[in-house]
Amino acid sequence: MSFDKTTIARISRLARIATTEAEQERLAGELGGILAWVEQLDEVDVEGVAPMTSVVEMNLKAREDVVSDGANAEGILKNAPRSAHGFFVVPKVVE
Amino acid sequence: MTPTDLTIAQARDLLAKGEISSMELVEAHIDAMESNRELNAYITETPEKALAMAQDSDARRAKGEGNGLLEGIPVAIKDLFCTADTLTTAGSHILDGFKPFYESTVTTNMWREGAVMLGKTNLDEFAMGSSNLTSYHGPAINPWKARGDNRSRVPGGSSGGSASAVAGRLALGATGTDTGGSIRQPAAFTGTVGIKPTYGRCSRWGIVAFASSLDQAGPMTRSVRDAAIMLRAMAGHDPKDSTSADVAVPDFEAGLDKGVKGMTIGIPKEYRSDAMAPEIEALWQQGIKWLEEQGARTVEISLPHTKYALPAYYIVAPAEASSNLSRYDGVKYGLRVEADDLLSMYEKTRAAGFGDEVKRRILIGTYVLSAGYYDAYYLKAQKVRTRIAEDFRHVFGHVDAILTPATPSAAFPVDEPPSDPVEMYLLDTFTVPVNLAGLPGMVVPAGLSGAGLPLGLQVIGKAFDEETVLRVGRAIEQAADFDGRPEGY
Repeated sequence: MSFDKTTIARISRLARIATTEAEQERLAGELGGILAWVEQLDEVDVEGVAPMTSVVEMNLKAREDVVSDGANAEGILKNAPRSAHGFFVVPKVVE
Repeated sequence: MTPTDLTIAQARDLLAKGEISSMELVEAHIDAMESNRELNAYITETPEKALAMAQDSDARRAKGEGNGLLEGIPVAIKDLFCTADTLTTAGSHILDGFKPFYESTVTTNMWREGAVMLGKTNLDEFAMGSSNLTSYHGPAINPWKARGDNRSRVPGGSSGGSASAVAGRLALGATGTDTGGSIRQPAAFTGTVGIKPTYGRCSRWGIVAFASSLDQAGPMTRSVRDAAIMLRAMAGHDPKDSTSADVAVPDFEAGLDKGVKGMTIGIPKEYRSDAMAPEIEALWQQGIKWLEEQGARTVEISLPHTKYALPAYYIVAPAEASSNLSRYDGVKYGLRVEADDLLSMYEKTRAAGFGDEVKRRILIGTYVLSAGYYDAYYLKAQKVRTRIAEDFRHVFGHVDAILTPATPSAAFPVDEPPSDPVEMYLLDTFTVPVNLAGLPGMVVPAGLSGAGLPLGLQVIGKAFDEETVLRVGRAIEQAADFDGRPEGY
């Protein structure tokens, strides 16, 4: 798998990380190298093998559908870079 | 003996006899932390909190209360565990100033058992690394140096600060987390004991998430007994983590000295390669001999998919990380780089807040989960993971535990790390398969390299059979008679 700058630009946009052209150049080489290395997985016969979905065999517990926590707006907003009137503040998103 | 030299078990016994107070223990550790800041083991020291907690512990004891497993014992906490009202950084710039209003379940359990917090230890950024070099707060330094070589060495990672603190006598024990070897590899590099318990043994609630299907918390200590004591205090079912296992937590210490007589220990042939350093091979052979001399039988076993563990890991872990780390967006906590529109604010904040290794992994994860590639990478890796878990399940039908080397080499100098990302990833060759299969694995110091640096052996056990792992570890510890003291500490 070889990577080009366009692919890096596309996935960095998906990941919401700004990258410069110089970084895209460097990352194309690094990610290309890593993905070339993981391609050895193609040697493994996984015909009929189920993908792992539970690390240790156990059933997930169900719990009662009731409120168990919350009502702590002050605590939640305490670390916000910007907040006002009990809300997070972000740049304007609606014109 | 100076208080900082005690094991947890020794300190516990002296406290019980009234021969030392928690306050004395804590004051000695605060002094040690202040005079050894060159190790950069702690990101945040919390001496005032430590003194207050020690005072409370001594008061409880004076009233005849305070019979917790870690009553009065000063410990360090990896800065990946959320601690209420105390800075929690995950080693990243993007969590600047973050003081959670909640406490992780593991640390809550430890405080309930009477432990005292000395501070928050350094780590690779978001626990992504095997050297501690990716920390935004600068690398933690290994207290060990090679003979006749004054260069600073890495303590390993990601729990490098915890390992340095424990090896350097700046804490009696420390918490770590292990996603691909982040407890065991630094334990090996610093001559300390580290156990990654079975997935689900410790609650992940309140631990900054890296790869949720692989992350597990565990103790880092200077003896196997201490690891047993501390693990019991950390573990237990937690309704707030749906993957935490609702199984009883045994008294891990009780069976520690039962020995290995009659046990069958598997020696996986795939862990041996021509590239293996002769001194690592020799150490492994020595470990096999020690267990045989104590009455265990060793058998060669095969774990045929071992070589695919690392590549599978480098799909699964970045994929889960890219999803987990999407929460750092400049809105809810930490760093924010202002911009005119929301999207630019996200992109600039994340560009400024994450370091190179974290960005690399987020981008790999984003790529392998993106449309058209999911089946080829993520789904395939999860199938390979099933194969790896089957390999282990198969051999555990006829062996009690598995013995392997811990790392392919000893600690390297801070200024001479492996130059290529993949080469750095290979440091976790022996530890990663254990996370993929969710099994318990422990590293015990077993000797010194030719250059005088610590080397460890790894014991792998069946799911929820940490007791056997600890017993085997204890047998190695006794045979190795390792003097875990770096010069000058």
